[in-house]
Amino acid sequence: MHSDLTRFSAAGARAALDAGEFSAVDLTRAHLARIDAVDGDVHAFLHVMGDVALAQAEAADVRIASGEVLPLTGIPIALKDILVTIDAPTTAASKILEGYVSPYDGTVVARLREQGAVFLGKTNTDEFAMGSSTENSAFGPTHNPWDLSRAPGGSSGGSAASVAAREAVIALGSDTGGSIRQPAGFCGVVGLKPTYGRVSRFGLIAFASSLDQIGPFSRTVQDAAIMLNAIAGHDPRDSTSVPDIAPDFRAGFRTDLTGVRVGIAREYTVAGMEPGVTNAVAAAAKQLEDLGAELVDISLPHTEYALATYYITAPAEASANLARFDGVKYGLRIDGATLQDSYRATRGQGFGAEVKRRIMLGTYALSSGYYDAYYVKAQKVRTLIKQDFEEAFKQVDVIAGPTSPTVAFGLGSRMDDPYQMYLADIFTIPANMAGTPGVALPCGFSEGLPVSLQLLGKAFDEQTLLGIAHAYEQSAGWHKHTAKI
Amino acid sequence: MSLTTADVEHVANLARLGLSEDETELLRSQLSSILEHIEVLQQLDTGRIPPTARMNSLTNVLRDDVVQQSLPQIVVLSNAPQSRDGFFEVRAVMTEDTAEGGSA
Repeated sequence: MHSDLTRFSAAGARAALDAGEFSAVDLTRAHLARIDAVDGDVHAFLHVMGDVALAQAEAADVRIASGEVLPLTGIPIALKDILVTIDAPTTAASKILEGYVSPYDGTVVARLREQGAVFLGKTNTDEFAMGSSTENSAFGPTHNPWDLSRAPGGSSGGSAASVAAREAVIALGSDTGGSIRQPAGFCGVVGLKPTYGRVSRFGLIAFASSLDQIGPFSRTVQDAAIMLNAIAGHDPRDSTSVPDIAPDFRAGFRTDLTGVRVGIAREYTVAGMEPGVTNAVAAAAKQLEDLGAELVDISLPHTEYALATYYITAPAEASANLARFDGVKYGLRIDGATLQDSYRATRGQGFGAEVKRRIMLGTYALSSGYYDAYYVKAQKVRTLIKQDFEEAFKQVDVIAGPTSPTVAFGLGSRMDDPYQMYLADIFTIPANMAGTPGVALPCGFSEGLPVSLQLLGKAFDEQTLLGIAHAYEQSAGWHKHTAKI
Repeated sequence: MSLTTADVEHVANLARLGLSEDETELLRSQLSSILEHIEVLQQLDTGRIPPTARMNSLTNVLRDDVVQQSLPQIVVLSNAPQSRDGFFEVRAVMTEDTAEGGSA
Protein backbone atom coordinates (compact mmCIF):
# COMPACT_ATOMS: atom_id res chain seq x y z
CA MET A 1 0.00 0.00 0.00
CA HIS A 2 1.18 3.49 -0.79
CA SER A 3 1.77 5.75 2.17
CA ASP A 4 0.95 9.03 0.46
CA LEU A 5 -1.51 9.09 -2.40
CA THR A 6 -0.98 12.81 -3.00
CA ARG A 7 2.43 12.27 -4.59
CA PHE A 8 1.24 10.69 -7.82
CA SER A 9 1.31 12.16 -11.28
CA ALA A 10 -1.87 11.62 -13.29
CA ALA A 11 -0.06 9.03 -15.42
CA GLY A 12 1.22 7.25 -12.29
CA ALA A 13 -2.17 7.34 -10.61
CA ARG A 14 -3.79 5.99 -13.80
CA ALA A 15 -1.54 2.93 -13.76
CA ALA A 16 -2.08 2.32 -10.04
CA LEU A 17 -5.86 2.76 -10.29
CA ASP A 18 -6.06 0.37 -13.22
CA ALA A 19 -3.87 -2.16 -11.39
CA GLY A 20 -6.21 -1.98 -8.40
CA GLU A 21 -3.53 -0.74 -6.01
CA PHE A 22 -6.03 1.75 -4.61
CA SER A 23 -9.43 3.11 -5.61
CA ALA A 24 -10.48 6.47 -7.01
CA VAL A 25 -12.33 7.00 -3.73
CA ASP A 26 -9.08 6.39 -1.80
CA LEU A 27 -7.25 8.81 -4.08
CA THR A 28 -9.98 11.44 -3.75
CA ARG A 29 -10.20 11.09 0.04
CA ALA A 30 -6.42 11.53 0.27
CA HIS A 31 -6.62 14.80 -1.67
CA LEU A 32 -9.63 16.08 0.28
CA ALA A 33 -7.76 15.29 3.51
CA ARG A 34 -4.74 17.13 2.16
CA ILE A 35 -6.92 20.16 1.36
CA ASP A 36 -8.28 19.98 4.91
CA ALA A 37 -4.76 19.87 6.31
CA VAL A 38 -3.06 22.64 4.34
CA ASP A 39 -5.60 24.87 2.64
CA GLY A 40 -6.15 26.94 5.75
CA ASP A 41 -2.59 28.16 5.15
CA VAL A 42 -2.46 28.08 1.34
CA HIS A 43 -6.01 29.20 0.46
CA ALA A 44 -5.83 27.71 -3.02
CA PHE A 45 -9.55 26.91 -3.03
CA LEU A 46 -12.60 29.16 -2.97
CA HIS A 47 -15.01 26.20 -2.96
CA VAL A 48 -14.20 22.59 -2.12
CA MET A 49 -16.56 20.17 -3.87
CA GLY A 50 -16.22 17.29 -1.40
CA ASP A 51 -19.58 15.55 -2.01
CA VAL A 52 -19.39 16.01 -5.77
CA ALA A 53 -15.84 14.67 -5.79
CA LEU A 54 -16.69 11.55 -3.78
CA ALA A 55 -19.71 10.78 -5.97
CA GLN A 56 -17.56 11.19 -9.08
CA ALA A 57 -14.88 8.98 -7.54
CA GLU A 58 -17.42 6.23 -6.82
CA ALA A 59 -18.64 6.42 -10.41
CA ALA A 60 -15.03 6.30 -11.60
CA ASP A 61 -14.40 3.15 -9.59
CA VAL A 62 -17.35 1.49 -11.34
CA ARG A 63 -15.86 2.46 -14.71
CA ILE A 64 -12.43 1.24 -13.69
CA ALA A 65 -13.87 -2.10 -12.56
CA SER A 66 -15.53 -2.51 -15.96
CA GLY A 67 -12.36 -1.50 -17.81
CA GLU A 68 -14.08 1.47 -19.47
CA VAL A 69 -11.41 3.98 -18.54
CA LEU A 70 -10.14 7.13 -20.20
CA PRO A 71 -6.84 8.79 -19.17
CA LEU A 72 -8.41 11.02 -16.50
CA THR A 73 -11.02 8.63 -15.09
CA GLY A 74 -10.81 8.94 -11.29
CA ILE A 75 -8.08 11.61 -11.35
CA PRO A 76 -8.65 14.47 -8.84
CA ILE A 77 -8.57 17.84 -10.56
CA ALA A 78 -8.95 21.48 -9.46
CA LEU A 79 -10.69 24.06 -11.64
CA LYS A 80 -9.97 27.78 -11.71
CA ASP A 81 -13.06 29.58 -10.45
CA ILE A 82 -13.57 31.25 -13.80
CA LEU A 83 -14.66 28.01 -15.52
CA VAL A 84 -18.40 27.62 -15.11
CA THR A 85 -19.76 24.47 -13.44
CA ILE A 86 -23.34 23.40 -12.74
CA ASP A 87 -22.63 21.86 -9.36
CA ALA A 88 -20.53 24.51 -7.62
CA PRO A 89 -20.53 28.31 -7.53
CA THR A 90 -18.45 30.22 -10.09
CA THR A 91 -17.43 33.65 -8.85
CA ALA A 92 -14.35 34.70 -10.85
CA ALA A 93 -13.21 35.73 -7.33
CA SER A 94 -15.51 38.75 -7.60
CA LYS A 95 -18.15 40.06 -5.25
CA ILE A 96 -20.28 40.80 -8.29
CA LEU A 97 -20.70 37.04 -8.86
CA GLU A 98 -20.75 35.86 -5.24
CA GLY A 99 -22.95 32.77 -4.99
CA TYR A 100 -23.54 32.51 -8.75
CA VAL A 101 -24.18 28.98 -10.00
CA SER A 102 -24.03 28.55 -13.76
CA PRO A 103 -26.92 26.81 -15.52
CA TYR A 104 -24.43 25.05 -17.83
CA ASP A 105 -20.93 23.56 -17.81
CA GLY A 106 -18.07 25.04 -19.79
CA THR A 107 -16.89 22.82 -22.65
CA VAL A 108 -13.65 21.82 -20.92
CA VAL A 109 -15.60 20.98 -17.76
CA ALA A 110 -18.04 18.85 -19.77
CA ARG A 111 -15.16 17.05 -21.48
CA LEU A 112 -13.56 16.24 -18.12
CA ARG A 113 -16.88 14.92 -16.82
CA GLU A 114 -17.07 12.61 -19.85
CA GLN A 115 -13.58 11.35 -18.97
CA GLY A 116 -14.81 10.52 -15.47
CA ALA A 117 -12.48 13.01 -13.79
CA VAL A 118 -13.02 14.03 -10.16
CA PHE A 119 -13.61 17.73 -9.37
CA LEU A 120 -12.05 18.67 -6.03
CA GLY A 121 -13.12 22.29 -6.17
CA LYS A 122 -12.78 25.76 -7.62
CA THR A 123 -9.54 27.63 -7.17
CA ASN A 124 -8.71 31.18 -6.27
CA THR A 125 -7.72 33.76 -8.89
CA ASP A 126 -7.25 37.45 -9.27
CA GLU A 127 -10.71 38.92 -9.80
CA PHE A 128 -11.79 38.13 -13.39
CA ALA A 129 -8.22 36.82 -13.95
CA MET A 130 -6.82 40.36 -13.80
CA GLY A 131 -3.56 40.30 -11.92
CA SER A 132 -0.20 38.63 -11.41
CA SER A 133 -0.33 37.62 -7.74
CA THR A 134 -3.87 36.39 -6.87
CA GLU A 135 -4.00 39.30 -4.42
CA ASN A 136 -6.82 40.90 -6.42
CA SER A 137 -9.21 38.12 -5.34
CA ALA A 138 -12.21 39.56 -3.49
CA PHE A 139 -11.93 36.57 -1.13
CA GLY A 140 -8.35 36.95 0.08
CA PRO A 141 -5.00 35.97 -1.47
CA THR A 142 -3.51 32.54 -2.04
CA HIS A 143 -0.17 31.84 -0.37
CA ASN A 144 2.79 30.29 -2.17
CA PRO A 145 3.32 26.73 -0.85
CA TRP A 146 7.13 27.19 -1.00
CA ASP A 147 6.98 30.24 1.29
CA LEU A 148 3.63 31.27 2.68
CA SER A 149 4.69 34.92 2.92
CA ARG A 150 5.07 35.06 -0.88
CA ALA A 151 2.59 35.37 -3.72
CA PRO A 152 1.82 32.30 -5.83
CA GLY A 153 1.73 34.44 -8.96
CA GLY A 154 -1.41 34.99 -10.90
CA SER A 155 -3.93 35.16 -12.03
CA SER A 156 -4.34 31.37 -11.75
CA GLY A 157 -2.47 31.34 -8.42
CA GLY A 158 -4.94 29.02 -6.70
CA SER A 159 -4.61 26.39 -9.42
CA ALA A 160 -0.80 26.60 -9.38
CA ALA A 161 -0.65 26.42 -5.58
CA SER A 162 -3.10 23.50 -5.42
CA VAL A 163 -0.79 21.37 -7.57
CA ALA A 164 2.37 22.56 -5.80
CA ALA A 165 0.84 21.82 -2.36
CA ARG A 166 -0.30 18.36 -3.56
CA GLU A 167 -3.96 19.26 -2.99
CA ALA A 168 -4.73 18.32 -6.61
CA VAL A 169 -3.04 16.12 -9.21
CA ILE A 170 -3.76 18.51 -12.08
CA ALA A 171 -5.50 21.87 -12.26
CA LEU A 172 -6.92 24.00 -15.03
CA GLY A 173 -6.28 27.71 -15.37
CA SER A 174 -6.53 30.38 -18.02
CA ASP A 175 -3.76 32.45 -19.57
CA THR A 176 -4.43 35.91 -21.04
CA GLY A 177 -0.99 37.48 -20.50
CA GLY A 178 0.82 34.76 -18.58
CA SER A 179 -1.79 33.73 -16.02
CA ILE A 180 -0.89 30.03 -16.32
CA ARG A 181 2.85 30.18 -16.99
CA GLN A 182 3.80 32.87 -14.46
CA PRO A 183 2.09 31.25 -11.42
CA ALA A 184 3.32 27.81 -12.55
CA GLY A 185 6.81 29.32 -12.43
CA PHE A 186 6.34 30.91 -9.00
CA CYS A 187 4.98 27.63 -7.60
CA GLY A 188 7.50 25.29 -9.25
CA VAL A 189 5.08 23.28 -11.39
CA VAL A 190 4.45 22.82 -15.11
CA GLY A 191 2.05 25.29 -16.77
CA LEU A 192 0.97 25.14 -20.40
CA LYS A 193 -0.73 27.80 -22.50
CA PRO A 194 -1.92 26.12 -25.68
CA THR A 195 -2.16 27.83 -29.07
CA TYR A 196 -5.05 30.27 -29.32
CA GLY A 197 -7.94 28.30 -30.82
CA ARG A 198 -6.72 24.92 -29.58
CA VAL A 199 -9.06 24.73 -26.57
CA SER A 200 -12.66 25.94 -26.52
CA ARG A 201 -13.28 29.05 -24.45
CA PHE A 202 -17.01 28.33 -24.09
CA GLY A 203 -17.79 28.56 -20.39
CA LEU A 204 -14.59 30.44 -19.55
CA ILE A 205 -15.73 33.79 -18.13
CA ALA A 206 -14.30 36.15 -20.74
CA PHE A 207 -11.51 38.58 -19.86
CA ALA A 208 -9.88 39.39 -23.24
CA SER A 209 -11.36 37.23 -25.94
CA SER A 210 -8.53 37.47 -28.47
CA LEU A 211 -5.97 36.46 -25.82
CA ASP A 212 -7.64 34.05 -23.34
CA GLN A 213 -6.74 30.38 -23.52
CA ILE A 214 -7.39 27.53 -21.06
CA GLY A 215 -4.58 25.18 -20.10
CA PRO A 216 -3.25 22.80 -17.44
CA PHE A 217 -1.03 22.93 -14.35
CA SER A 218 0.68 19.66 -13.50
CA ARG A 219 3.75 18.17 -11.87
CA THR A 220 5.06 16.67 -15.14
CA VAL A 221 5.04 17.62 -18.82
CA GLN A 222 3.44 14.27 -19.55
CA ASP A 223 0.46 15.15 -17.35
CA ALA A 224 0.10 18.48 -19.14
CA ALA A 225 -0.04 16.61 -22.45
CA ILE A 226 -2.61 14.16 -21.05
CA MET A 227 -4.80 17.04 -19.90
CA LEU A 228 -4.43 18.86 -23.23
CA ASN A 229 -5.46 15.64 -25.00
CA ALA A 230 -8.63 15.67 -22.90
CA ILE A 231 -9.65 19.30 -23.43
CA ALA A 232 -8.40 20.19 -26.93
CA GLY A 233 -10.44 20.02 -30.08
CA HIS A 234 -13.09 21.85 -32.01
CA ASP A 235 -16.22 23.13 -30.31
CA PRO A 236 -19.04 24.58 -32.39
CA ARG A 237 -19.86 26.83 -29.41
CA ASP A 238 -16.57 28.73 -29.76
CA SER A 239 -16.17 30.16 -33.25
CA THR A 240 -12.45 30.75 -32.62
CA SER A 241 -11.74 27.10 -31.83
CA VAL A 242 -10.04 25.52 -34.82
CA PRO A 243 -11.68 22.65 -36.70
CA ASP A 244 -8.45 20.62 -36.90
CA ILE A 245 -8.44 17.22 -35.25
CA ALA A 246 -6.33 17.52 -32.09
CA PRO A 247 -3.35 15.14 -32.22
CA ASP A 248 -1.89 13.08 -29.34
CA PHE A 249 0.22 15.70 -27.61
CA ARG A 250 2.60 13.03 -26.29
CA ALA A 251 3.54 12.02 -29.83
CA GLY A 252 6.61 14.28 -29.85
CA PHE A 253 8.14 12.99 -26.61
CA ARG A 254 11.83 12.29 -26.96
CA THR A 255 14.99 12.00 -24.91
CA ASP A 256 17.60 13.19 -27.42
CA LEU A 257 17.47 16.72 -28.85
CA THR A 258 19.89 16.21 -31.73
CA GLY A 259 18.76 18.34 -34.65
CA VAL A 260 16.62 20.62 -32.48
CA ARG A 261 17.27 24.35 -32.82
CA VAL A 262 16.57 26.37 -29.66
CA GLY A 263 16.35 30.14 -30.01
CA ILE A 264 17.78 32.37 -27.30
CA ALA A 265 16.25 35.82 -27.73
CA ARG A 266 18.51 38.68 -26.72
CA GLU A 267 15.42 40.69 -25.68
CA TYR A 268 14.63 38.13 -22.96
CA THR A 269 17.42 39.46 -20.78
CA VAL A 270 16.30 42.67 -19.14
CA ALA A 271 17.43 45.09 -16.47
CA GLY A 272 16.15 44.10 -13.04
CA MET A 273 16.39 40.37 -13.63
CA GLU A 274 17.47 38.46 -10.56
CA PRO A 275 20.90 36.81 -10.95
CA GLY A 276 19.48 33.56 -9.57
CA VAL A 277 16.97 33.51 -12.42
CA THR A 278 19.55 34.40 -15.06
CA ASN A 279 21.89 31.66 -13.82
CA ALA A 280 19.28 28.91 -13.61
CA VAL A 281 17.96 29.69 -17.09
CA ALA A 282 21.49 29.78 -18.53
CA ALA A 283 22.14 26.36 -16.95
CA ALA A 284 18.91 25.07 -18.52
CA ALA A 285 20.03 26.30 -21.94
CA LYS A 286 23.33 24.50 -21.42
CA GLN A 287 21.42 21.36 -20.50
CA LEU A 288 19.40 21.59 -23.72
CA GLU A 289 22.70 21.85 -25.58
CA ASP A 290 24.05 18.80 -23.73
CA LEU A 291 20.97 16.90 -24.89
CA GLY A 292 21.96 17.62 -28.49
CA ALA A 293 20.13 20.85 -29.25
CA GLU A 294 21.80 23.71 -31.07
CA LEU A 295 21.43 27.12 -29.41
CA VAL A 296 20.76 29.94 -31.88
CA ASP A 297 20.89 33.64 -31.02
CA ILE A 298 17.73 35.29 -32.27
CA SER A 299 15.97 38.62 -31.94
CA LEU A 300 12.33 39.42 -31.24
CA PRO A 301 12.79 43.15 -31.83
CA HIS A 302 9.33 44.35 -30.74
CA THR A 303 9.40 42.62 -27.33
CA GLU A 304 9.81 45.94 -25.52
CA TYR A 305 6.46 47.10 -26.92
CA ALA A 306 4.50 43.99 -25.93
CA LEU A 307 3.60 45.15 -22.42
CA ALA A 308 2.19 48.47 -23.63
CA THR A 309 0.33 46.73 -26.45
CA TYR A 310 -1.15 44.28 -23.98
CA TYR A 311 -2.25 47.00 -21.57
CA ILE A 312 -4.32 48.57 -24.31
CA THR A 313 -5.67 45.42 -25.99
CA ALA A 314 -6.58 43.40 -22.90
CA PRO A 315 -8.35 46.19 -20.97
CA ALA A 316 -10.18 47.28 -24.15
CA GLU A 317 -11.56 43.79 -24.66
CA ALA A 318 -12.25 43.46 -20.92
CA SER A 319 -14.20 46.70 -20.81
CA ALA A 320 -16.54 45.28 -23.45
CA ASN A 321 -16.73 41.77 -21.94
CA LEU A 322 -17.45 43.03 -18.43
CA ALA A 323 -20.30 45.25 -19.60
CA ARG A 324 -22.56 42.23 -19.04
CA PHE A 325 -22.17 42.51 -15.26
CA ASP A 326 -24.90 45.05 -14.69
CA GLY A 327 -27.10 43.49 -12.01
CA VAL A 328 -29.88 42.49 -14.40
CA LYS A 329 -29.58 38.80 -15.28
CA TYR A 330 -27.32 37.44 -12.53
CA GLY A 331 -25.01 38.44 -9.75
CA LEU A 332 -25.05 41.40 -7.42
CA ARG A 333 -27.62 44.17 -7.82
CA ILE A 334 -27.44 47.43 -5.92
CA ASP A 335 -30.67 49.24 -6.60
CA GLY A 336 -30.59 52.90 -7.59
CA ALA A 337 -33.21 55.54 -8.39
CA THR A 338 -32.97 54.79 -12.11
CA LEU A 339 -31.72 51.89 -14.21
CA GLN A 340 -28.57 53.86 -15.01
CA ASP A 341 -27.99 54.50 -11.31
CA SER A 342 -28.44 50.79 -10.62
CA TYR A 343 -25.79 49.95 -13.19
CA ARG A 344 -23.35 52.44 -11.70
CA ALA A 345 -23.97 51.37 -8.11
CA THR A 346 -23.84 47.65 -8.89
CA ARG A 347 -20.61 47.90 -10.83
CA GLY A 348 -19.08 50.44 -8.48
CA GLN A 349 -19.63 48.19 -5.46
CA GLY A 350 -19.28 44.82 -7.18
CA PHE A 351 -15.91 45.26 -8.88
CA GLY A 352 -12.57 45.51 -7.09
CA ALA A 353 -9.84 48.10 -7.66
CA GLU A 354 -7.87 46.32 -10.42
CA VAL A 355 -10.97 45.43 -12.40
CA LYS A 356 -12.15 49.05 -12.22
CA ARG A 357 -8.70 50.22 -13.30
CA ARG A 358 -8.78 47.99 -16.37
CA ILE A 359 -12.35 48.81 -17.30
CA MET A 360 -11.42 52.49 -17.12
CA LEU A 361 -8.21 52.04 -19.12
CA GLY A 362 -10.01 49.97 -21.77
CA THR A 363 -12.97 52.32 -22.02
CA TYR A 364 -10.59 55.23 -22.39
CA ALA A 365 -8.62 53.47 -25.15
CA LEU A 366 -11.84 52.77 -27.06
CA SER A 367 -13.42 56.17 -26.49
CA SER A 368 -14.06 58.74 -29.15
CA GLY A 369 -10.89 60.65 -30.01
CA TYR A 370 -8.51 58.04 -28.57
CA TYR A 371 -9.53 54.90 -30.47
CA ASP A 372 -6.98 55.33 -33.29
CA ALA A 373 -4.17 56.59 -31.08
CA TYR A 374 -4.46 53.71 -28.62
CA TYR A 375 -6.55 50.76 -29.73
CA VAL A 376 -5.77 50.70 -33.45
CA LYS A 377 -2.14 51.55 -32.74
CA ALA A 378 -1.92 48.56 -30.39
CA GLN A 379 -3.49 46.27 -32.97
CA LYS A 380 -0.85 47.35 -35.48
CA VAL A 381 1.98 46.77 -33.04
CA ARG A 382 0.42 43.39 -32.34
CA THR A 383 1.00 42.56 -36.00
CA LEU A 384 4.69 43.43 -35.56
CA ILE A 385 4.96 41.21 -32.46
CA LYS A 386 3.32 38.34 -34.32
CA GLN A 387 5.70 38.82 -37.25
CA ASP A 388 8.67 38.68 -34.84
CA PHE A 389 7.65 35.16 -33.87
CA GLU A 390 6.94 34.10 -37.45
CA GLU A 391 10.43 35.24 -38.46
CA ALA A 392 12.06 33.58 -35.44
CA PHE A 393 10.35 30.27 -36.06
CA LYS A 394 11.80 30.15 -39.57
CA GLN A 395 15.16 29.69 -37.82
CA VAL A 396 14.35 27.71 -34.67
CA ASP A 397 11.99 25.04 -33.32
CA VAL A 398 11.42 26.62 -29.91
CA ILE A 399 12.52 29.73 -28.01
CA ALA A 400 13.92 29.29 -24.48
CA GLY A 401 14.09 31.93 -21.76
CA PRO A 402 12.93 32.80 -18.28
CA THR A 403 9.21 32.64 -17.47
CA SER A 404 9.51 35.69 -15.17
CA PRO A 405 12.32 38.12 -14.35
CA THR A 406 12.10 37.24 -10.63
CA VAL A 407 11.15 34.40 -8.33
CA ALA A 408 7.94 34.71 -6.30
CA PHE A 409 7.72 38.15 -4.71
CA GLY A 410 6.33 38.90 -1.26
CA LEU A 411 2.59 39.22 -0.72
CA GLY A 412 1.77 42.92 -0.60
CA SER A 413 5.09 44.03 -2.08
CA ARG A 414 3.73 45.23 -5.44
CA MET A 415 0.14 46.18 -4.69
CA ASP A 416 0.79 49.93 -4.53
CA ASP A 417 2.21 50.27 -8.03
CA PRO A 418 0.11 48.69 -10.77
CA TYR A 419 2.84 49.03 -13.38
CA GLN A 420 5.40 47.19 -11.23
CA MET A 421 2.90 44.36 -10.96
CA TYR A 422 2.39 44.36 -14.74
CA LEU A 423 6.16 43.92 -15.24
CA ALA A 424 5.90 40.40 -13.77
CA ASP A 425 4.44 39.31 -17.12
CA ILE A 426 6.90 40.84 -19.58
CA PHE A 427 8.18 37.46 -20.84
CA THR A 428 4.80 35.76 -21.02
CA ILE A 429 2.69 38.46 -22.70
CA PRO A 430 4.27 38.28 -26.20
CA ALA A 431 3.00 34.71 -26.79
CA ASN A 432 -0.56 35.82 -26.01
CA MET A 433 -0.20 38.72 -28.41
CA ALA A 434 0.98 36.27 -31.10
CA GLY A 435 -1.47 33.47 -30.20
CA THR A 436 1.37 30.96 -29.90
CA PRO A 437 1.83 28.23 -27.26
CA GLY A 438 4.21 28.31 -24.32
CA VAL A 439 5.11 26.06 -21.43
CA ALA A 440 6.71 26.95 -18.09
CA LEU A 441 8.61 24.26 -16.23
CA PRO A 442 10.91 24.13 -13.20
CA CYS A 443 14.61 24.72 -13.92
CA GLY A 444 16.19 25.24 -10.51
CA PHE A 445 16.05 27.35 -7.39
CA SER A 446 17.10 30.80 -6.30
CA GLU A 447 17.09 31.60 -2.59
CA GLY A 448 15.06 28.45 -2.01
CA LEU A 449 12.31 29.45 -4.44
CA PRO A 450 11.56 27.82 -7.81
CA VAL A 451 12.94 29.31 -11.03
CA SER A 452 11.07 28.57 -14.22
CA LEU A 453 12.15 27.97 -17.81
CA GLN A 454 9.74 29.13 -20.49
CA LEU A 455 9.73 27.37 -23.85
CA LEU A 456 7.74 29.07 -26.61
CA GLY A 457 6.60 27.13 -29.66
CA LYS A 458 5.07 27.56 -33.08
CA ALA A 459 1.32 27.94 -33.42
CA PHE A 460 -0.38 24.53 -33.41
CA ASP A 461 2.86 22.68 -32.77
CA GLU A 462 2.48 21.82 -29.09
CA GLN A 463 3.87 18.36 -29.89
CA THR A 464 7.35 19.69 -30.67
CA LEU A 465 7.16 22.11 -27.74
CA LEU A 466 6.11 19.44 -25.23
CA GLY A 467 8.56 16.93 -26.67
CA ILE A 468 11.47 19.27 -25.98
CA ALA A 469 10.06 20.23 -22.57
CA HIS A 470 9.70 16.55 -21.64
CA ALA A 471 13.29 15.79 -22.67
CA TYR A 472 14.59 18.66 -20.54
CA GLU A 473 12.42 17.79 -17.55
CA GLN A 474 13.38 14.13 -17.51
CA SER A 475 17.10 14.82 -17.79
CA ALA A 476 17.17 17.75 -15.34
CA GLY A 477 14.92 16.22 -12.69
CA TRP A 478 13.77 19.48 -11.07
CA HIS A 479 10.18 18.27 -11.10
CA LYS A 480 11.05 15.80 -8.34
CA HIS A 481 11.47 18.65 -5.82
CA THR A 482 8.25 19.44 -4.00
CA ALA A 483 7.24 22.23 -1.64
CA LYS A 484 7.79 21.27 2.00
CA ILE A 485 4.37 22.07 3.31
CA MET B 1 -0.41 62.01 -20.72
CA SER B 2 -2.06 63.57 -17.70
CA LEU B 3 -5.76 63.03 -17.16
CA THR B 4 -8.06 65.54 -15.49
CA THR B 5 -10.77 64.70 -12.99
CA ALA B 6 -13.32 65.52 -15.70
CA ASP B 7 -11.65 62.99 -18.05
CA VAL B 8 -11.96 60.27 -15.42
CA GLU B 9 -15.57 61.16 -14.69
CA HIS B 10 -16.38 61.09 -18.41
CA VAL B 11 -14.85 57.63 -18.88
CA ALA B 12 -16.51 56.33 -15.70
CA ASN B 13 -19.83 57.47 -17.08
CA LEU B 14 -19.19 55.70 -20.40
CA ALA B 15 -18.36 52.52 -18.44
CA ARG B 16 -21.37 52.93 -16.10
CA LEU B 17 -18.98 52.65 -13.20
CA GLY B 18 -19.81 54.40 -9.95
CA LEU B 19 -16.66 55.82 -8.36
CA SER B 20 -16.14 57.62 -5.08
CA GLU B 21 -14.17 60.88 -5.04
CA ASP B 22 -11.16 59.05 -3.61
CA GLU B 23 -11.35 56.39 -6.31
CA THR B 24 -11.62 59.06 -9.00
CA GLU B 25 -8.51 60.81 -7.76
CA LEU B 26 -6.55 57.55 -7.37
CA LEU B 27 -7.53 56.43 -10.87
CA ARG B 28 -6.66 59.84 -12.29
CA SER B 29 -3.09 59.49 -11.10
CA GLN B 30 -2.72 55.76 -11.78
CA LEU B 31 -4.21 55.89 -15.27
CA SER B 32 -2.05 58.92 -16.11
CA SER B 33 1.01 56.97 -15.07
CA ILE B 34 0.02 53.83 -17.01
CA LEU B 35 -0.73 55.93 -20.11
CA GLU B 36 2.73 57.44 -19.82
CA HIS B 37 4.25 53.95 -20.08
CA ILE B 38 1.98 53.17 -23.01
CA GLU B 39 3.25 56.24 -24.88
CA VAL B 40 6.25 54.11 -25.89
CA LEU B 41 4.14 52.80 -28.79
CA GLN B 42 4.18 56.22 -30.43
CA GLN B 43 7.89 55.67 -31.18
CA LEU B 44 6.94 53.04 -33.76
CA ASP B 45 6.02 53.98 -37.30
CA THR B 46 3.04 51.76 -38.04
CA GLY B 47 1.73 53.70 -41.04
CA ARG B 48 1.92 50.72 -43.38
CA ILE B 49 1.22 47.95 -40.85
CA PRO B 50 -2.21 46.29 -40.94
CA PRO B 51 -3.93 45.86 -37.57
CA THR B 52 -4.36 42.36 -36.06
CA ALA B 53 -7.81 41.87 -34.59
CA ARG B 54 -8.04 38.10 -34.45
CA MET B 55 -5.54 35.41 -33.81
CA ASN B 56 -6.15 32.79 -36.45
CA SER B 57 -7.31 32.64 -40.02
CA LEU B 58 -10.86 31.55 -39.27
CA THR B 59 -13.36 33.96 -40.82
CA ASN B 60 -17.13 33.94 -41.10
CA VAL B 61 -17.59 30.75 -39.10
CA LEU B 62 -21.07 29.56 -39.95
CA ARG B 63 -23.23 26.67 -38.83
CA ASP B 64 -26.43 25.13 -40.13
CA ASP B 65 -29.51 27.00 -39.00
CA VAL B 66 -30.98 24.20 -36.93
CA VAL B 67 -33.24 24.68 -33.94
CA GLN B 68 -31.60 23.30 -30.82
CA GLN B 69 -32.70 22.76 -27.26
CA SER B 70 -32.10 25.84 -25.15
CA LEU B 71 -32.07 26.23 -21.39
CA PRO B 72 -35.49 26.24 -19.69
CA GLN B 73 -36.75 29.71 -18.76
CA ILE B 74 -36.89 28.90 -15.05
CA VAL B 75 -33.21 27.89 -15.08
CA VAL B 76 -32.14 31.03 -16.92
CA LEU B 77 -34.07 33.20 -14.46
CA SER B 78 -32.78 31.35 -11.41
CA ASN B 79 -29.82 33.71 -10.95
CA ALA B 80 -31.78 36.91 -11.59
CA PRO B 81 -31.74 39.43 -8.74
CA GLN B 82 -35.39 40.14 -9.57
CA SER B 83 -37.78 38.49 -12.02
CA ARG B 84 -41.50 38.53 -12.65
CA ASP B 85 -43.79 36.61 -15.01
CA GLY B 86 -40.88 35.05 -16.85
CA PHE B 87 -39.00 38.33 -17.33
CA PHE B 88 -35.96 39.94 -15.78
CA GLU B 89 -37.29 42.84 -13.76
CA VAL B 90 -35.50 46.20 -13.83
CA ARG B 91 -36.33 49.85 -13.23
CA ALA B 92 -38.06 51.59 -16.10
CA VAL B 93 -35.73 52.03 -19.05
CA MET B 94 -37.68 54.92 -20.55
CA THR B 95 -38.47 57.80 -18.26
CA GLU B 96 -39.75 61.31 -18.79
CA ASP B 97 -36.30 62.56 -17.98
CA THR B 98 -34.72 61.26 -21.18
CA ALA B 99 -31.28 62.59 -20.27
CA GLU B 100 -31.15 60.10 -17.42
CA GLY B 101 -33.37 57.44 -18.94
CA GLY B 102 -31.23 57.36 -22.05
CA SER B 103 -33.01 58.05 -25.32
CA ALA B 104 -31.02 57.02 -28.37
